[in-house]
Amino acid sequence: MLEHYLSLFIKSIFIENMALAFFLGMCTFLAVSKRVETSLGLGVAVVAVQAITVPVNNLIYNHVLKAGALEWLGFGELDLTFLGLITYIGVIAAIVQILEMTLDKYFPALYNALGIFLPLITVNCAILGGSLLMVERNYTFGESVVYGFGSGIGWALAIVALAGIREKMKYSNVPAGLRGLGITFITAGLMALAFMLFSGIQL
Amino acid sequence: MLRKWLDRLDPNFAKNGKLKRWFPLYEAIDAFLYNTNSVTKGSPHVRDALDLKRMMTTVVIALGPAVLFGLYNIGYQVNRVLAAAAEGVSLPWQMKLAALLGITPATIWGAVLVGAIYFIPVYIVCMAVGGAWEVLFAVVRKHEINEGFLVTGLLFPLILPPTIPLWQVAIGVSFGVVIGKEVFGGVGMNILNPALTARVFLFFAYPLQITGDAVWIGLDGVSSATPLARAAEAFPQLGTSWWDAFWGFIPGSMGETSTFACLLGALVLIVTGIGSWRIMIAILTGMTGLSLLLNLVGSTSNPMFAMPPWWHLVLGGFAFGAVFMATDPVSAAISNTGKWIYGLLIGAMVVMIRVLNPAFPEGMMLAILFGNVFAPIIDKLVVMRHIKQRRSRYEER
Repeated sequence: MLEHYLSLFIKSIFIENMALAFFLGMCTFLAVSKRVETSLGLGVAVVAVQAITVPVNNLIYNHVLKAGALEWLGFGELDLTFLGLITYIGVIAAIVQILEMTLDKYFPALYNALGIFLPLITVNCAILGGSLLMVERNYTFGESVVYGFGSGIGWALAIVALAGIREKMKYSNVPAGLRGLGITFITAGLMALAFMLFSGIQL
Repeated sequence: MLRKWLDRLDPNFAKNGKLKRWFPLYEAIDAFLYNTNSVTKGSPHVRDALDLKRMMTTVVIALGPAVLFGLYNIGYQVNRVLAAAAEGVSLPWQMKLAALLGITPATIWGAVLVGAIYFIPVYIVCMAVGGAWEVLFAVVRKHEINEGFLVTGLLFPLILPPTIPLWQVAIGVSFGVVIGKEVFGGVGMNILNPALTARVFLFFAYPLQITGDAVWIGLDGVSSATPLARAAEAFPQLGTSWWDAFWGFIPGSMGETSTFACLLGALVLIVTGIGSWRIMIAILTGMTGLSLLLNLVGSTSNPMFAMPPWWHLVLGGFAFGAVFMATDPVSAAISNTGKWIYGLLIGAMVVMIRVLNPAFPEGMMLAILFGNVFAPIIDKLVVMRHIKQRRSRYEER
């Protein structure tokens, strides 16, 4: 059992890296990776939100949305899966808001460090992607906790590595037409090439 | 005489000369033959005999044993198959050319010459196409061409199989030089090793010609698995002895088979201080550590788990990568602590790919690229930690 969770964890960090294998969350991945410190903050925020929303969405899916899930209310024939997408987005937005208020109240230092990135995460497709993949793969609650945590860490790892490269690239002499996003896209592509080393590992 | 000729040409390339567009080409030839004429003015100014040219030349010299042995091994492998095979093996054009010139791979020098017939076209294509891109970028972007490309242009052919089609060499080196290096601004500003970028590109774009069992011997359709690929099937039966693998008498990429030649190169690099001994030792340590751990864990279904570190060392591109690729000062970590972490990461990754990833039998090139990707952030974290330590020490007082 533990082994199964461990392999799922490693798989979600490296083999199915959200940013570099699925190319999810690209907008923030490319936009907020100029400095290592800010990308670290965003990475931590994504890990936190991902680790909360995926299990919560898992519960909602299994106990409300799935076909026959409302048996306990007497609506056994109801299939609400078509509401999935909008529900997940709502849940993510709500949880980000709650998290923001909680942090503001109890951990002001962390709140100030995360700053604008926390609300920004609401529109990060890696978060929604995590929930959708979780549903598609029929993860149990335990698996969804591990998966949410692991995929968040994988995304954070990728953005921090990209930020490191971009800080180093300040000393590069990039052709004028490619400066900014252009070279970042190329860099992300090259990073994905290096991450191909995990493709094919069976866990 | 040459100097006079260059000096006579000089005005043509000067600011107002009619050929000023081609100044980088002239400058490169001048610097290659004599000495660089760009001198640092103003401060900071380091007075050192070790310039980029000497550094790159040292690497080329250090590659010498690997190149020579690689040439011999191409011929040796061809001869081994030809001697064992019955009549009627269809010969590729290289062997036909060798027969035309009256060279047989049966003797040592014959084998070296046959190897050269395989290697030199690849090398020429690589230098011509890659060099053309370098000149194009230098002319358009008005920077100088420097000796860095000599190293990339020699490393890249050495990590290709002898049967590689020449057009793929051209495409690969174009990708490596343009995307891997020039879009970042040229030598010293890239993030990934250009030669490795080129090879990884070919590896994923044309897997048939660069991986599998049929490409490692310079004859058409002769299947001979590398010992590493064979190890994945049944580890203790490799069909080769450890010493053969150490000296390099095994099928593989053109320059990577001989661990001994790579160690000679490592000696040159370490003595001259060009290559970082920290990185080499760290890679060795990382590889040894993880492979011993996997030996301990063991597996009933995967024979690679039982492969001890000394076999990891001599098979595949491990030694070549650790000595010549991972130590590339541009793409490796810079800080000393960072170098250890970077090396350990690469060493562990190699074993992980070789043992745990059934998709790729060899992992050195991807492991180094992975290390390259994380090198900047490793450096950054090392520096951040250092600053924090210094600050806390200061505040304690």
